[in-house]
Amino acid sequence: MSELLQRTAADLAELLAAREVSAVELTRAHLDRIAAVDGDQDRGIHAFLHVDDAGALATAAAVDGARARGEIVGRLAGVPIAVKDVLATRGMPTTCGSAVLRGWVPPYDATVVSRLRGAGMPILGKTNMDEFAMGSSTEHSAYGPTRNPWDLERIPGGSGGGSAAAVAGFEAPLAIGTDTGGSIRQPAAVTGTVGVKPTYGGVSRYGLVALASSLDQAGPCARTVLDAALLHAVIGGHDPLDSTSLDEPIPDVVAAAREGAGGDLSGARVGVVRELGGAGHTAGYDPDVLARFTESVALLTAAGAEVVEVDCPHFEYALEAYYLILPSEASSNLARFDAMRYGLRVGDGDPGATAEQVMSATRAAGFGAEVKRRIILGTYALSAGYYEAFYGSAQKVRTLVQRDFAAAFERCDVLVSPTAPTPAFRFGDKLSDPLAMYLNDVATIPANLAGVPGMSLPSGLAGGLPAGIQILAPARADDRLYRVGAALEARLLAEWGRPLVPPALEVSV
Amino acid sequence: MPPETLSGDDVVHLATLARIDLDADERELMAGQLSGILAAVARVQSVAGSDIPATSHPLPLVNVMRPDVPRPSLDTEEALSGAPAREGYRFRVPRILEED
Amino acid sequence: MTATIGSGVDVTGFDDSLLELATYEEAVAQFDPVMGFEVHVELNTRTKMFCGCAHSFGAPPNSQTCPTCLGLPGSLPVVNEAAVRSAVRIGLALNCTIAARCRFARKNYFYPDMPKDFQTSQYDEPIAYDGWLDVELGDGEIVRIPIERAHMEEDTGKSTHVGGATGRIHGAAYSLVDYNRAGIPLIEIVTRPIEGTGARAAEIARAYVGALRDVLLGLGVSDVRMEQGSLRCDANVSLRSAADAPLGIRSETKNVNSLRSVERAVRYEVRRQAARLSAGHRVVQETRHWHEDTGMTTSGRSKEGAEDYRYFPEPDLVPIAPDPAWVAELRTGLPEAPAVRRRRQMAEWGFGDLEMRDVLNAGAAELISETIEAGAAPTAARKWWLGELSRRAKAADVGLADLAVTPRQVAALQGLVEAGRLTDRLARDVLDGVLAGEGEPEDVLVARGVEVVSDDGALTAAIDRAIAANPDVVAKIAAGKVQAAGALIGAVMKEMNGSADAARVRQLLVERVAAE
Repeated sequence: MSELLQRTAADLAELLAAREVSAVELTRAHLDRIAAVDGDQDRGIHAFLHVDDAGALATAAAVDGARARGEIVGRLAGVPIAVKDVLATRGMPTTCGSAVLRGWVPPYDATVVSRLRGAGMPILGKTNMDEFAMGSSTEHSAYGPTRNPWDLERIPGGSGGGSAAAVAGFEAPLAIGTDTGGSIRQPAAVTGTVGVKPTYGGVSRYGLVALASSLDQAGPCARTVLDAALLHAVIGGHDPLDSTSLDEPIPDVVAAAREGAGGDLSGARVGVVRELGGAGHTAGYDPDVLARFTESVALLTAAGAEVVEVDCPHFEYALEAYYLILPSEASSNLARFDAMRYGLRVGDGDPGATAEQVMSATRAAGFGAEVKRRIILGTYALSAGYYEAFYGSAQKVRTLVQRDFAAAFERCDVLVSPTAPTPAFRFGDKLSDPLAMYLNDVATIPANLAGVPGMSLPSGLAGGLPAGIQILAPARADDRLYRVGAALEARLLAEWGRPLVPPALEVSV
Repeated sequence: MPPETLSGDDVVHLATLARIDLDADERELMAGQLSGILAAVARVQSVAGSDIPATSHPLPLVNVMRPDVPRPSLDTEEALSGAPAREGYRFRVPRILEED
Repeated sequence: MTATIGSGVDVTGFDDSLLELATYEEAVAQFDPVMGFEVHVELNTRTKMFCGCAHSFGAPPNSQTCPTCLGLPGSLPVVNEAAVRSAVRIGLALNCTIAARCRFARKNYFYPDMPKDFQTSQYDEPIAYDGWLDVELGDGEIVRIPIERAHMEEDTGKSTHVGGATGRIHGAAYSLVDYNRAGIPLIEIVTRPIEGTGARAAEIARAYVGALRDVLLGLGVSDVRMEQGSLRCDANVSLRSAADAPLGIRSETKNVNSLRSVERAVRYEVRRQAARLSAGHRVVQETRHWHEDTGMTTSGRSKEGAEDYRYFPEPDLVPIAPDPAWVAELRTGLPEAPAVRRRRQMAEWGFGDLEMRDVLNAGAAELISETIEAGAAPTAARKWWLGELSRRAKAADVGLADLAVTPRQVAALQGLVEAGRLTDRLARDVLDGVLAGEGEPEDVLVARGVEVVSDDGALTAAIDRAIAANPDVVAKIAAGKVQAAGALIGAVMKEMNGSADAARVRQLLVERVAAE
C-alpha cells in the first residue's frame, strides 16, 4: 500500500498545497487502492457501490491546473472523498442501497455535494449503506454487505458502513456519512474511525434522500478528529434550500480541533451519562468496550477535565420513541418511490395493469424486508386513532430527552458514553431479530432526537476489534466535540504509540 | 389505547395503505415481528403526561421563507430523465382507476 | 373503489337513474338543505408554493419543474413568502382570525399526479380560521356565510387519460402526467355548514362563490378563472327532515367550474337526494362529479370507510408565526370589501338599483369606475361600457376587460365628443382605430382625418351647393316647412363625409335660406 494512502487529510492538504504531490497522483493512488481491495458483493471490503474514476480524475486535474496557475483553491482541494449513496450526485448513480432506485441518475447535486465540488474535492464514488439508511450493519443493502476492514467476516456498522469502511480501509481519506440514529457514529466506532453528527441544521439536508427528516443529518467520516473538522468546515453552514438549516455560521471546528490537540482540557466539565453503560445500566454492553470507555474517561481527567456522572432518566425511552418517529416519517418520505417518475417499475407489462397495482408490485419488489417492516410500522403509528398514542407520545418523549440534555448541559460542557454497546458482530448475528439490531443505536439515538451534535472516536480495542467513545455537546456547540475529541485522541495516541489500523491492511480481493 | 399485537389482516390493511404487495408468508412474519416491536415500544405511551408538549422539530425555528423570485427550472429532458416511460414531454403512467 | 362514471350505480348498488326526480321547489318544501363549500384558489404568485419554479398557464408540459416540485429523492420545500402574504390577506378579507402560529402537515395518499405521494397542506393548524363573508342576493338581502378556515397547500400535477372515451379516466389505457401544475400555491377556503337557507340554497350557493371570487379579485391574489381551474369549487350538500333535525349525510360534488354550474349542481343534488330519501334509500357519503352537458352529478369515489390520510406535522418545514405588526399592516392595506364598495359607487354615481344591477351583470363596475376616475361623467361612462363596448365585446366573443381599449381611452373619447370634436358616429370610427391598435383617440382622430368640420367656410360652400341643387326644397323651407331642411342637411352631411356637426349645419342652412 502506498505510504501516501496512510497520511491524514490534513497532511495531504499540506502536501498538495506545497505541490509535493499532485491531486491526480493522489486520486489515482486511491482509485488503485479501491481497485485492489474493494472487490464486489462477494469479496473484498465492498465499500463502494459506484466508482467514478473519470470524474474524480477530472476534478483532480482541474485542481492541479488551478494550483499551477496560482489560483486560490480551497483548503482541501485535491483531497479525494467518498460520498454515501444517499446524497444526490448529478450525473452519478444514487441508489440509497435500494433496488427501487437501481440506475437512477439524479439531475441535481445535494448541497453537500455542491460544496465538495466547490472545494475541489475529487469524488471517488458512492458508498454502500443499509437500504434507505435503515440498519446498523449494512447487511440491508440490496447490493450486498460491506465488510469490516478489521475482519471481513464482520459488519462495518450501519447504515453508513460503506463510508466508514472506505476510510478505515484507506480507500478514501475522508467520506460523507449521514446519521439518523447513529449511522455515522456507530460505524465509526466499529471500524476504528472518527465520525461526527453535526447539530441538526448545521449541514444542509437538501439532496439527502430523507429517511426521517427531523432526525437526519449529514456529517464527516475521517481517521482523525482534525480531518473531520476540516471536512465539517467545508460542508457546514446555512443553505436557503433547506428550511431547517440554521441561518448562522458554524463554530470554528478546525480551530477547536487544533486547540484540543494540545491535550489540555483544564476547566472543561465532562459528564458521564449513567444511563448509557453506567452503573446499573450495563446490560448488553461488552465488558471490554466498557473498560476502554473507563480508561478514556480517566485520560480526560488526566487532561484536566472535571468529570462528573449525570443522570438522563428519559434516555431509556429514547430508543422506543425513535422506533416510532423514524418509521412514521419514513413511511411518508418513502411514499414517492411509486414507479411513476423515476426508479424501478414492475408489472407495467401486464395487460390492464393499473397504476395502483404497479405501485404495489414495484414497492413489493423494490424494497427489502427491513424497509417494508418500517413502512408498515410507520403507517400504523400514524393511523387515525393511534396517532396520539404512538407518534404523539413519542414526540413528547422527545421533549423529555431534550430536557434531560438541557439539565445535563447546565452542569457539563460535554457528555460522554460508549458509542456502541459491542464491537462489530458477525454477519447474520442479528439479522433475524430486528429488536436486537435496534439496540446497537441505544447510545446514539438521544442526540438525534434532541438535535445535538455527537462524535465517535476510537477508544481502543475490545477483543482485537475497535471500540468507540461518544462525545455529545449542546446544539450549536459542535466545536466542543472537536476540542475534547482532539485532546482525548492525542492522549490515546500517546498511549498507543501509533494510530489504530486494521491488522491486515493488504486485504486481498 | 391501541392493541399491542397486529394480526395478518391488520398487516394487509396497512400494506394496502402503504401500497406494498405482501404474500401470505410475509404477512404472517411481519405480523409477528411488528407485534414484538409494538410491545417493546408500548412504554412510550405512559412516559409523558399531558402537560408535556410534543417536539416535532429538534430546534425551534420559525418563519423560514424565501422571496417570491423565480429560479431556473430543470431542462425538460432532465426532468423526464428518470421516467420509467414517457410520451412526448409527459410522464407515461399506467391507467388510473380511482379519481383523485 | 372503482369510479363509476357513466352509470348511476353507487356503492349500495342502487342506481339513481331509476329515481323520479321531484322539482327543486318540491324538494326544498319537504327537506331542509344544508350546504358547505370548499373552494381552492390558485395564487398568482410568481413562483410555486415550495420552490422557485415559475408557473404560467399553458406552458409546455414539464417545462416548469424542478427536483422539489417533481418530488425527486432528497429535494426539500421552502415556503414562498408571497403565498403566506396572500393567505393572510385572504384570511383578513374573510374576517378570519390569523393564527399566531401555524404549521404545515403532510396529507398522505398515493396518486400518480402527486409527486411525493403526500400533499403538503395544513391540517389542525390553518393560517386563518373563524371568519365570515357577507353575500348579497339578487333582491338585496344580505346573507352571512360562516367561514371555518382558510389554509395553504399545494396543487397536484395534471393527468391526461389516453385511450378511453373522450379522455375520461374510465376505460383509459394509460395516462400522461404533466407536473407543471404540481406545487402551485393553493388556498383552500372552507365554510362551516350553511344552514337555514331553505329554498334559496341554490341561489345562495352561486352568490357565495361569486362574492368570494369578487373578494379575491379585489385582493389581486388570483386570476380566479373558474374555466381555467384557478378557482375550483367543491359543493357539499345534505338534506334533513327539518331545520332542527341532525345533519344528514352529505355528497361532495367536485370541480363545479362556473357560477351557473354551482347553482345548477346544488339544485340537482337537492333534487336527487330528496328523491332517494323519499323513495326510502339512504344518501351515500361520496364524491360526485358534475356534468355540465347533462346537468347531472354521477357517483365517484365512496368516502365511506374514509381514506386514512395519516396527517402529521411536516418535518421539512418550520412553523409560520406571522408578526402581529405585519398582519396589522396587511389589514390596513386591504381593499374595500366589494359589497361596501358597490354601495358607495352607486351613491357617488347616482345610479339606481336597476342601473347598478346591469352594470354588475355586465362585469363593468371597475371599468366604469376607472373611466370616471379618468374624467368621464358616470352616465357617459356607463353608456359607453354597457352600450357600444358591450356590443364590440359580444361580437368579438371576449370579456369587456379583454377589449383592447382602456378606461382612460374611453374617457378621452368621451372628452372629444363633449368638446364637439367628434360626433357619436365619428367617435365610433375612432374607437375602431383604437381597437385596431392605431394609438390613442387623439392620434386616431388626426390620422383618420375624421374631426368634426367646424370651418364655416367649407360648410357654407357645401350648403350653397345643396341650395343650388334643390330649389324646390328651399322653397318649402322658405314657405315655413322647416322640417324639410332635413333633406338638405343630409345632403350636406353626405358631402362632408359625416365630418360635420349636424346642429351647426342646420343653423347655417336656416340663416342662408332666410337670407335668400
